[in-house]
Amino acid sequence: MNLHAIRAIYLYEMARTGRTLLQSIVAPVVTTSLYFIVFGAAIGTRIAEIEGVAYGAFIVPGLVMLMLLTQSVSNASFGIFMPRFTGTFYEILSAPVSALEIVIGYVGAATTKSVVLGLVILATASLFVPLRIAHPAWMLGFLLLTAVTFSLLGFIIGVWAEGFEQLQFVPLLIITPLTFLGGTFYSIDVLPPAWQTVTLFNPVVYLVSGFRWSFYEIADVRVGVSLAMTAAFLAACLAAVWWIFKTGYRLKA
Amino acid sequence: MGGGPAKLRPVQPIISISKLSKTYATGQQALKNVDLEIRRGEIFGLLGPNGAGKTTLIGVVCGIVTPSAGTVTVAGHDILRDWRAARTMIGLVPQELTNNAFDSVWGTVRFSRGLFGKPPDAARLRRVLEDLSLWERRDSRVMTLSGGMKRRMLIAKALAHDPQILFLDEPTAGVDVELRQGMWQAVRRLRDAGATIILTTHYIEEAELMADRIGVINHGEIVVVDDKAALMRRLGRKQLTLELQAPLEAVPAALAARGLALAAGGRELVYTYDAQAEASGIADLLGELEQVGIGFRDLRTTQSSLEDIFVDLVRERR
Ligand SMILES: Nc1ncnc2c1ncn2[C@@H]1O[C@H](COP(=O)(O)OP(=O)(O)OP(=O)(O)O)[C@@H](O)[C@H]1O
Ligand SMILES: [Mg+2]
Repeated sequence: MNLHAIRAIYLYEMARTGRTLLQSIVAPVVTTSLYFIVFGAAIGTRIAEIEGVAYGAFIVPGLVMLMLLTQSVSNASFGIFMPRFTGTFYEILSAPVSALEIVIGYVGAATTKSVVLGLVILATASLFVPLRIAHPAWMLGFLLLTAVTFSLLGFIIGVWAEGFEQLQFVPLLIITPLTFLGGTFYSIDVLPPAWQTVTLFNPVVYLVSGFRWSFYEIADVRVGVSLAMTAAFLAACLAAVWWIFKTGYRLKA
Repeated sequence: MGGGPAKLRPVQPIISISKLSKTYATGQQALKNVDLEIRRGEIFGLLGPNGAGKTTLIGVVCGIVTPSAGTVTVAGHDILRDWRAARTMIGLVPQELTNNAFDSVWGTVRFSRGLFGKPPDAARLRRVLEDLSLWERRDSRVMTLSGGMKRRMLIAKALAHDPQILFLDEPTAGVDVELRQGMWQAVRRLRDAGATIILTTHYIEEAELMADRIGVINHGEIVVVDDKAALMRRLGRKQLTLELQAPLEAVPAALAARGLALAAGGRELVYTYDAQAEASGIADLLGELEQVGIGFRDLRTTQSSLEDIFVDLVRERR
């Protein structure tokens, strides 16, 4: 294991966040605060409680997930896309580092950022709405698992993308809609039965449901199913990354 | 790295390239069955016109380009099976000026050292930067450097992990004359410390000045590899041109055996000879000319440079 290399990549990526602290941390916090002000304080008071949880509090896990997914994907994809774009990736290709070490460095840094961000958003949320966390260990577990999984997805997108448009395409046009339709702002029980079935094909439903369960013990699908689906998605992303390095897809001539 | 005078250096290859071919996804065949050995401790000059395959060859050895066929070993380590050991030994200065614009010089050099598995060593990195006159700019952001400084920063990155083999792909493009001298001095110092250096350049004088051995590549094939001196001896020519007082119709029969030729409509007599031979035969020739009564007004000699040799070789294959 080339630990010095992992350290170098990880620290490099963390330093990049330091330089772009505003986009990385401040912007998502401001965005979520706006959600809480609008949906929690302003509109939320007029919406009925869901299974005994005030609406403002109900949406907290979903909003954390929304930020976690978009930030993991955009952070990790940018981290690997930039050296490809500027051409500095030659150095990593020529270095004695394995695929695993490269992934640990890049994805590890993106995951760290996402988890920190998730916790910061939770702290922000607690300023606006009363927060209760029934299973803190599970909550952290879901947070970490989701951050790793979507940082891996971001890594894949960063390798696949051939320009900045494609880099933004997935977070904007796939992740955000899936999250909005994935039960962030409502329990899927409120949907007509046909739409409930359709919704079950949305992987984000399982993430949000499991995450929300760790707060309020209410869930759209059973926790075990949530966990299994997240793990399956993680496995799929790992397989894709493994294939990328095995074939040198878009990395090597 | 054990240094030593040039004569004691063993002539065993440090890089062995055998039957190496590369066809890109576009169908472009950039390397055709290349066999090449680089000796430990030498400066090897790789010469070739644009698109000859120099960068591709370097890319394969460094792990950036996947070979289509053939094998490469670095100090006995196969670059595919034993890639970690092979790559640890190599430093690469790429042809393209690529950089992370927002990083500091110091940060980017330190990153390189870590990436190649070496523990941090500030004193070592300081020496590398000082050698390349970059120490004063260590805190500057990369984008604020001039082109020549960026080039030197890439060299510093390549040297950050103390490689035993250094690839320089057109290292002096865009570097001014004075700094180029400094760069060559740094390269020589490296070689004297035991490193092996492979460089490509379009400045043939540079290869002539720097390299111990020279390989010429064209259309993905190695055309010739030899000691620089031997190459110039083998392929180099020297010519003596005599401006005659009166034009000649033909070379006199008495001088036929000397391989003379007429030029400039009979007003010049050209004698081609082996520059490295014991006796050039010039004295004899001038004596014979006097005997047959051919007078000359002036004379000049010209020697073919590596450049002429290179142009000849490349043209032959076209
Ligand atoms: N990534 C690539 N995909 C397809 N073809 C490529 C690629 N890289 C290089 N080539 C082609 O391979 C051939 C050799 O290119 P290479 O860069 O090795 O030449 P070179 O000798 O370094 O030239 P130069 O002196 O201009 O740097 C060229 O025909 C080039 O167009
Ligand atoms: Mg080139």
